[in-house]
Amino acid sequence: MLEHQRKWKVLALQALLFIPFLFGIFYFTLAPRQWQGVDEAVVERIAREHGHEARKPLFDPGEGDLLLFAFLCAGAIGGFAAGYSWRMLVSERRLDNKHHCLKG
Amino acid sequence: MNLNKNITILIFFLTLYLLSADVAHAMHISEGILPFNWALLWFVVAAPFLAMGLRRLNVLAREDLSFKPLVGLMAAVVFIISCMPVPVPTAGTCSHPCGAGIAAILVGPLVSVVISAVALLIQALFLAHGGLTTLGANIVSMGVIGSFSGWIVFRLLRTGGASLAVAGFIAGLMADWATYLATSIELASGIRGGAPFFPLFVKIVIAFVPTQLPLGILEGAMTAGMVLLLHKRRPDLLVRMGIVKTDEVSIHA
Repeated sequence: MLEHQRKWKVLALQALLFIPFLFGIFYFTLAPRQWQGVDEAVVERIAREHGHEARKPLFDPGEGDLLLFAFLCAGAIGGFAAGYSWRMLVSERRLDNKHHCLKG
Repeated sequence: MNLNKNITILIFFLTLYLLSADVAHAMHISEGILPFNWALLWFVVAAPFLAMGLRRLNVLAREDLSFKPLVGLMAAVVFIISCMPVPVPTAGTCSHPCGAGIAAILVGPLVSVVISAVALLIQALFLAHGGLTTLGANIVSMGVIGSFSGWIVFRLLRTGGASLAVAGFIAGLMADWATYLATSIELASGIRGGAPFFPLFVKIVIAFVPTQLPLGILEGAMTAGMVLLLHKRRPDLLVRMGIVKTDEVSIHA
């Protein structure tokens, strides 16, 4: 297969995958639907049945979107750290290879 | 080159997912649920594993410099995926994978305990995710049980001749399910009061099943994918960590 045909094929495949992905993003995160966590649905509910109530956390984010913002920051920092470490791992390998080539 | 592109696309999609952030709802035991004596017991159980993990981390980091970025990568991966809520449409609830299985396979179970403890501490302090008083219990379930079960299953399967993908998948799956089994034991033993342990334990396990059954499969797939990716990009690291033998590493890698 010619190179440009292969590129178009890959692009078309990615475009096809992008549509269900966007749908997934909307359906699972943006759509107005309550997805109760298992901490509420299982852990806290059963604990409450046995007389144990969950307490507020030490640093209580309270009402509003502060907690969402904290999660956003945590995700971004975690993602950056993961990407940086991955780059270090891969670039180190490249340096190792170059080193071996020069030695060889 | 293609792999690089695919990874870039994957990271882009993952970033999109993370940027549409939602507050994590999870299996971590919330603040104040366990009575004081049980909370203390789990701290005592977790402490020696943490101490051994720190010691092992120091030894490995001194022996091999490339171990540090691998630990950094694993710490970030465990932190992200253990606070990433994944909705399970069949159950109408959401929870998250743990990541302890991946970390245990790649950096060893003791170091994985340390990684899990740090992730859980940050989540309890700043993300209202899990609690500080229940931190010991959460470290035991996710860090100790999750890591060791994943690592043992992986090693047993590899010794039995399973491929990296199969061993990684089943190890990730078992690490996830074992974590929730341990959480059920901790919860049932802590909150039961005068009630019998076993019926309450079974009740909690059954309540976890609809959410955790599919999430375990997801965690298995993530674990297998991560192990295979590292095998492709850094097989030398896997050899050094004793995950694969030298003769299993292809020449191009």
